[in-house]
Amino acid sequence: MDPQRKRKIRLVVALGAAVLLAVALVYTSFSASSEAKEPSQLIGAAPGKSYDMTGKVVRGSVRRNGDALRFRVVDRDGGGESMPVTYSGTVPDPFRGGREIVLTGEVEQGVFVGEPDTLVTKCPSKFTTSNDS
Amino acid sequence: MTASLGSALLALAFLTIGFAAVAALLGRNGDERWLLASRRAVYGTCALLTVCVVLIESAFLRDDFSFHIVQQHSSIETPTFYKLAAMWSSQEGSLLLWAWVLSIASSLALYATRNRLREIVPYATAVMAGIGAFFTGLMLFAGGVNPFAKLSPAPIDGIGLNPLLQHPSMMVHPPMLYSGYVAFTIPFAFAIGALVTRRLDASWIRATRRFALIAWALLGFGLLLGARWSYTELGWGGYWAWDPVENAALMPWLIGTAFLHSIMVQEKRGMLKVWNACLVVATFSLALLGTFLVRSGVLQSIHAFGDSTVGPYILGLIAVVVLGSTALIVSRLDDLRSPKRIDSLASREAVFVVNNLLLVALCATIFWGTFFPLISELFTGSKSSLAAPWFDRYTTPLAVLLVLFTGIGPLLAWRRVSWATAKRVFLVPAIAAAATAVVLLAFTDAAQSLWAFALFVFAGFSLVGLAQEFWRGAAARRALGGGSMPAALVAVVSRNRRRYGGYIVHAGIAVLLIGIAASSSFQTKRDVVLRPGQSAVVDGRQVTYVRPTAHVDKLAFTAGAVLRVRQGKDEFTLRPTRRFYRPTGVPGGGISSYFAGESDSEIGLKAGPGSDFWSAASPNISGVQRHARAADLGFKRCVGGGPGVPPQCRAVGALMRAALANPSLRPTALAKIEQLQLATAKQIATGYVDEAAPVTFRIIVDPLVTWMWIGGLIALAGALIGLWPARRMRRAPAGDAELEALKEAKYREIRDAELDHAAGKLSDEDYALLNAELRKEAVEILDRGNGASGNGHRGAGETERPSELV
Repeated sequence: MDPQRKRKIRLVVALGAAVLLAVALVYTSFSASSEAKEPSQLIGAAPGKSYDMTGKVVRGSVRRNGDALRFRVVDRDGGGESMPVTYSGTVPDPFRGGREIVLTGEVEQGVFVGEPDTLVTKCPSKFTTSNDS
Repeated sequence: MTASLGSALLALAFLTIGFAAVAALLGRNGDERWLLASRRAVYGTCALLTVCVVLIESAFLRDDFSFHIVQQHSSIETPTFYKLAAMWSSQEGSLLLWAWVLSIASSLALYATRNRLREIVPYATAVMAGIGAFFTGLMLFAGGVNPFAKLSPAPIDGIGLNPLLQHPSMMVHPPMLYSGYVAFTIPFAFAIGALVTRRLDASWIRATRRFALIAWALLGFGLLLGARWSYTELGWGGYWAWDPVENAALMPWLIGTAFLHSIMVQEKRGMLKVWNACLVVATFSLALLGTFLVRSGVLQSIHAFGDSTVGPYILGLIAVVVLGSTALIVSRLDDLRSPKRIDSLASREAVFVVNNLLLVALCATIFWGTFFPLISELFTGSKSSLAAPWFDRYTTPLAVLLVLFTGIGPLLAWRRVSWATAKRVFLVPAIAAAATAVVLLAFTDAAQSLWAFALFVFAGFSLVGLAQEFWRGAAARRALGGGSMPAALVAVVSRNRRRYGGYIVHAGIAVLLIGIAASSSFQTKRDVVLRPGQSAVVDGRQVTYVRPTAHVDKLAFTAGAVLRVRQGKDEFTLRPTRRFYRPTGVPGGGISSYFAGESDSEIGLKAGPGSDFWSAASPNISGVQRHARAADLGFKRCVGGGPGVPPQCRAVGALMRAALANPSLRPTALAKIEQLQLATAKQIATGYVDEAAPVTFRIIVDPLVTWMWIGGLIALAGALIGLWPARRMRRAPAGDAELEALKEAKYREIRDAELDHAAGKLSDEDYALLNAELRKEAVEILDRGNGASGNGHRGAGETERPSELV
């Protein structure tokens, strides 16, 4: 086969693969993602839909009830109504009142029920110029 | 005092590095005096910033809380080791680290090229110095991030370093990542210099390859340490979460990997120039993006670094870098075009192109997933994020293919490989892959996860292929030089460090990916609630919670568990604990304050070549907390001295009342109270042991995960071997250093071909052709040297030399 033609075929194959990958990425990412909401946006949210809730754990609200953990979460800026949460399973070390978390789950009768193993507590570490702790 | 001195030195460093940039540009036409001045200014900046770092570190060591940074990130009780590391746990300290490491890297790069690349260096200096000026300027002018900010009056104690960060790897992990990010500045700066001056041969690559490799190794090692920290310290048992900040460090590493491969193609064949320029710009931009992401709060991340003032500036810098470089590359497209084409798909350069495409695809996927919240906000109006399963779905197949190519690449020679030769070198690795597949199918259930199975088979191919390379190389060496096989192996590796160092990196990556594939696909994870004496069975192992333990000191309350694990005949004991830290820097919080601060897990880990048994404990401490509250109430009553005061605290009450009246007694009284509180806390701890409270254990059985760390270390060792300077073969005459570098590169290429031939990777005909081509090119270079300087009288031995180099 003439080399010019061969090169062209290779290019088309490579570009085709790239386009396929890109389409797959775009398509699946919109269906696989879960919406990130703050507690105040979730009050009265429809049941049966999965959300990523981000917010701040209310200080002193953490109670352990057998296996389950109950606490309340407010918006990250500290405003708005708080959302009661139940979550079972172990929590990451940095989890405590006042800390920001991300939790995947559904809203059932006004309570956010977290899926086990989805609680992410933000690393409290660095680079906070304002110190609120 | 020292703080003002530091501020002044920082300002001076800013002026000096700014001057370096200007002087370099003034000397762009070869004016020695300006060039010398700019180089010296870069060295001077390095010295100034070194003093700044020393001042900050000594303030940490002296507990000088008049430094804002020290007060915020250290305390009297912080262990010395972590006082030294606390600098980079702060925003301003990490910026100083950035600027400092950059000044070191720039100085080294300028020293290494002091007699070379006369046209490129001025522009490269300007770029490096410009970026240096940006980061020093950021500390001075962005507001709130000056590391020498003062507190007046100075507090007596600081807030302390977060206990979660008090882990040995935190001492090294951030500087490693930073140094990795920063060192990518050097290849970028020289690439810009080459583009501006249109000196687009491989000279800038030869001058900066070592920096790119160092950056790559540091970044990789930093990632590995971060993963290790997460595995052992965070109590969730994972090492990677596809978190934006992790991704931000992985992306430049992936593109850097692609860059390190594709520059070899430019070095040897003069091809892929546009591609290399794009890769180096992408790598550096991604490194900046990583620096930006951890400081911006744009994306939700486990690493909540919070919004800060410097984010927008860094974003501006990224925009300038990306737009400026793109414009520059487009305007130089004609100069970047190469007349050469890849000869054959069965050649090492063709495989490099494929691996580059895979790595870029991997990076693009991760980029999309990482920034998806912003993308979805743009299109749907709400931020949606993608979780680990999405990332796994795309990265797994790409990683599996990459493992295959870590094996294929080394087996092929440059330029062309005949069909017969290919069959010969692929035979043994292919048999090994088949054998791996059969063994896995017969003895394990690895086939349950198709991707993991494919990865194991491909890794078998690659590792055996790499072993074969070492074997054939040593055999060829032995045929020429005699001696024993091990001696020949050492000789051939030490004479071809770049090649065999690279192979060792490949082997390390293959081993690392085996660990990742096995531990992510075949992991058993269980959360079990046990009381003392109870047992659970996890993955065929009987786990018994033998007894609780408790310990209290002034800093922390530690609740632990003794676990006995029986695994067939094997029996071992683990002691996972959970430690509750009192907030530091806040005196007099009562006993309840033990539970108002951070807590962290000390995991119980039994690591082994087959599998890790990982355990963490979350004790139910509600009983302990109840007792602590009651005790605090009792203390309050003691001091208050109301009705019903127990007799044993009358003395304390009296002491406190006396102290209220007479301030000089206060320290004694406080110390007494502290002592009593500690004694009470110890009683409560004993109470916890007697109470037999339930504990939630997280148990993970992670097969082969140890190999992930071992593979990472093997790869690091390979990178070090590749970096180790080769023995000088001959004194470089005081001629044109660049020409010498060119000659060396050509010699190396001839040697490579010879080794490939001797090792059976090149057929006799292919080798004869290739050798003739290379020698012709070498002679051309030699002629150029003789013609230009006239000082290069060389004996016949010089051109003969390659044949003895294998």
